Formats: sequence, structure tokens, C-alpha cells
Amino acid sequence: MMGWSAIVWGPLGIGLSEWTQLFLHFTTLSLLAVGGAIATVPDMQRFVVEDKGWLSDAQFSNCIALGQAAPGPNVLFVAVIGFSVGGLAGVLATLSGTLLPSTTLALAASRWGNRNQLSRGLRAFTSGLAPLTIGLLLATGWILLQPVGWHWQPALLVAGTLLLMMRTRLSPLWAIAAGALAGAMGWV
Amino acid sequence: MPDFAAPSAQASTARPARVADLFWAFNRLALQGFGGVLPVAQRELVERLHWLTREQFLELLSLSQVLPGPNIINLGLILGDRFLGWRGGVAAVAGLMLAPTALVLALAVAATQFSGVPQVSGALRGMGIVAAGLILSTALKLAPGLQHNIVGRPAAAALVTLTVLAIGGLRWPLAAVVLGLGAVAVAWAWRRSAT
Repeated sequence: MMGWSAIVWGPLGIGLSEWTQLFLHFTTLSLLAVGGAIATVPDMQRFVVEDKGWLSDAQFSNCIALGQAAPGPNVLFVAVIGFSVGGLAGVLATLSGTLLPSTTLALAASRWGNRNQLSRGLRAFTSGLAPLTIGLLLATGWILLQPVGWHWQPALLVAGTLLLMMRTRLSPLWAIAAGALAGAMGWV
Repeated sequence: MPDFAAPSAQASTARPARVADLFWAFNRLALQGFGGVLPVAQRELVERLHWLTREQFLELLSLSQVLPGPNIINLGLILGDRFLGWRGGVAAVAGLMLAPTALVLALAVAATQFSGVPQVSGALRGMGIVAAGLILSTALKLAPGLQHNIVGRPAAAALVTLTVLAIGGLRWPLAAVVLGLGAVAVAWAWRRSAT
């Protein structure tokens, strides 16, 4: 059973110093999330798994999977990473770190920005960053698949997911359910 | 109230009266959104509640997409703020986040509890593979948009490749890539947009 201390402070029992590091790292990523929060996954993985060793590769991938399986904004996976590292305290660190800078900027831009014209600067900004966003998404998929290894069964599951998303209008929930079933049966 | 709420030819017909209305509206649409809330947001805010016209929704969406951070959170925040001030914005974000966060954490606790069961760890593994596939499919769906990007097709392809290699292969920090490569890309787009 998971004790209360593990729920509040996480299985590792993080202290103030780790909490602050977690909060600050997610804060710096907030304003870099130009393609949505999922584009910052590679950097979160680098920090939480490779630099700090707080989570294993597989645990990190589980966080993303759980975040996608629940209803709500895609950014929810950030809460799961926080919870896996540092319990509810970790959730507070990662969620507020991710949301505070970007929401402050959004509020300021909405109130004082000139939203009636798409200026040349704004167009250059969005056009220039669009290829990076796509590159970041591709890198995210690549990194999440690395612990799985190159076997034909997972490759088939990825191909099936791509086919479902590109060729049909079915909810992604069906793909996730199929993945859960294939995994539970030990097929992948 | 800014021009946003001013009546026009196709003005939206309704608006939230209280901060709590914003909370419940966004709570309701968040809980319906599996794998992305934006399509549900359009249906709820435009078609069911009539808080926004389709044009207003698009304008709000493009503003939310240009800004860093989760698009739907930016959208809820800005909409709430324009209707009822910052309290409205906070209520919309809380509506989007509270119930889904509680749900996903309950799921995480359950997953930890049963992680010793091979079927559970296997299911998580399978879901993780699909999650990676879903993210890749988002990239592939967005890619055709690059054909009309002002940086031009060869530059766009080079930027995508360099980003994948720097982040996925070399594992460089995101800040270095976005501030370095991103700055070059934006400067290039700025130059090209003059002609």
C-alpha cells in the first residue's frame, strides 16, 4: 500500500531543495513551450531521468501514458510526473511551474497586446517556430519509444495508432484502449 | 469591456453571468475531452453555450496558439478574463484542471498500487507505445502546413531535421535549441517576409 507520506512527498520523499529544483526547471520550460507542453517532454525526460535519476525511463513513459489516458487538457501529464517524483508537493511544483509563467504572459498579451492585426513580427515568429514544433514532437515520440526497443510488435502498434489517427475520425481513446489490451496480454 | 464583447452583426448571444458559470462550463468540457479538449471547447462554447461566434473562437484560438503554454489553458484564461476579469480567468483554468487532475492522480495511485501485477505493467507499457504514436501522429498531421511556411520548404525541412537531431539524438537542452535555432529560424522568416 502507498502510505500518506508517499502521497504527500512522493516515494522518494523529496526535500525542499529537490522541490525547488523541480519547480524552477519546469518554470524555465514554461515559456519555451511554443508547441504546447508536450514539446517540452524531451527536456523534462533529460532532467528527471538522465540528470537527476528520480524516475526510470519506463516510469517516465508511464507518466505520459497515464496523462493521455485521462480526460482533460494534454498538460495533465505534467501533474503525473510531479506526482511520481514528489507526491502532491511535486504536483504543485510541476503544475504551477508549468502554468504560472505562461498564464501570466497570456493574460498580459490579451489585455495589452494588439490582437487585431497579425503583424510581420508575429508572423515571422509563428512561421519560424512552426518547423521546430514539429521537430520537437517527432523527437518526443522518438524518446518515448527508446525504452521499448526496436521490435516488430511495438512497431506494429505505433503504425496502427498512426493509421487510426490519420485515416479515421475515431477518438484516440480507442488507440489507448487497444494499447492497454495488447500490453496486458503480453503482446508488446 | 474591450471590443471583444461589443455587439456586432454576428455577435454571440449569451455570456456567463457569474464566475461559477465559467468554472462549470470549463469543468464540463474538460471532462469530455479525451486526447485533446480543443474540439470539445469549440462545440461547447460556440454551439451549445453561444458565448462566442465561430469567428471569435478562431481569433481566440490563434492568439492562444501563438502564446507559449497549453493552448486550451490560454484560451480559457483569456476568455474568462474578457468576460469577468481575472477571477473569471482563474475560474476557467480551475474548471479545466481540478477534476481532471484529481482523476489522473487517482489513476496514477492505482497504477502504482498494482504495478507488481504483470498485466497492469504490461497495459501501461502498451499505452505508452500508443501515447508515443499519438504524439507522432500530431506531428505528421501538422507537417503539411509547412509547405506554405514563409521560411520555404528546404529551410523548413532542415529546421525539422536539426531539431530532431539536437533534441532526440544529442539531447541538447530545449532552451539552447529554441533560443538558438529558433532565433535563426525567426530571423530567417522575418527576412523572407519582406519580399
